[in-house]
Amino acid sequence: MESFTPKDSDSHPPLIHPPYKSSITRSPTEEPIIVPQTITELTGPKFNPSILPEDSYDLTNNSRNSGEPIGERLIVAGRVLDENGVPISGVMVEIWQANSAGKYTDREDQHHAAVDPNFLGAGRTITDEDGWYRFITIRPGAYPWGNHANAWRPHHIHFSILGKNIMTRLVTQMYFEGDPLLPFDPIYNAAPDDARTRLIAAFSLDLTEQGFALGYRWDIVIRGPKATPFED
Amino acid sequence: MSYEKQTPSQTVGPFFSYGLTPQQYDYDYSDLATGDLVADGIQGEAINLIGTIYNGDGQELRHAIIESWQADSMGRYAKMGLMETFSGFARVGTGRGEDPRYRIRTVKPGRVDQRQAPHIALTLFSRGLMHHVYTRLYFSDEEEANEKDPLLQRLPAHRRQTLIAKRVEAENVIFYQFDIHMQGNQETVFLEF
Repeated sequence: MESFTPKDSDSHPPLIHPPYKSSITRSPTEEPIIVPQTITELTGPKFNPSILPEDSYDLTNNSRNSGEPIGERLIVAGRVLDENGVPISGVMVEIWQANSAGKYTDREDQHHAAVDPNFLGAGRTITDEDGWYRFITIRPGAYPWGNHANAWRPHHIHFSILGKNIMTRLVTQMYFEGDPLLPFDPIYNAAPDDARTRLIAAFSLDLTEQGFALGYRWDIVIRGPKATPFED
Repeated sequence: MSYEKQTPSQTVGPFFSYGLTPQQYDYDYSDLATGDLVADGIQGEAINLIGTIYNGDGQELRHAIIESWQADSMGRYAKMGLMETFSGFARVGTGRGEDPRYRIRTVKPGRVDQRQAPHIALTLFSRGLMHHVYTRLYFSDEEEANEKDPLLQRLPAHRRQTLIAKRVEAENVIFYQFDIHMQGNQETVFLEF
């Protein structure tokens, strides 16, 4: 079996990042133990596209009760690639987000803002043969939280990526170009200086559809096969 | 070929329930995976993995989610097409009750090769955790195999026991208790590959 590239520590936030207060007691203090990749790590769940309802990629349509959700329609699309730039097909991409008022469907969200009965805020898709995913959604509102005085999360969409094996797992957040809240957000800024801009989606006129929705492009890079196969 | 850099991880946050584990938390949305892998016709010994996740202050983590990946009772990992029988992939949150913990109903995996003891890979996500962490669950009643397992033998002896789930039988139901300690003198061994 071929081996996969390691987690690139220069690309990921440190586990304990004190400005993000809940990281302080919830993250390991010991260094992880590095162990060889075995069949356990080199395999993972695979999903047949037929398990997804047809509109699961369209958050403006997959949870309607009485009409259309409120807010600015967006198309968010991009490719899932490995570090060699090779597009990866068959990747399960799941998203969840706040509605246009900055309110999550989760019952524990205490933000005093309107629930949208026509917007669950969750969707799934599987990348096509060229590694592309595409969602139709509503621009999420900014969200206040208790980390520090007058703290607001930037507009963001949560992403979950299930790739070829369990080592390629990624859970992250996508942000929007030009968001004035980005410099103040300890979660976004926990990512290293050279890496965090890779979390930002760019406005794309190519993805924008006339009379329908603005387009944003965001590519995702996950661990992939090492260039040279190893001998067991 | 171009050389790309990995997309940074970000925390799963507190509000994943309706997106990642909707049925468990009673939302009207389909599940990709659940905490119950035992269906009719699945071979093997039915077991329950159960555990609490503790932060550095000894408090139970509520906004946490576990994914497990394992072989079937014959030691085979699922491939596309096998999914209808035994997927090997579970996903559960630690819940919102008084006693937040995860529970996965599955079968005890067989050995996947001649060297490794039976085990289940666990991936943990939580509010406050900037990147998911990996660990492995081994079984307390596999002492002989555990003694020869290359991963367990690599660990300092005093930390090895953090990866061994304790078998408990109660009223014909088999539990393996596997608590996870994010910090402290019982800090669980976390792995990188």
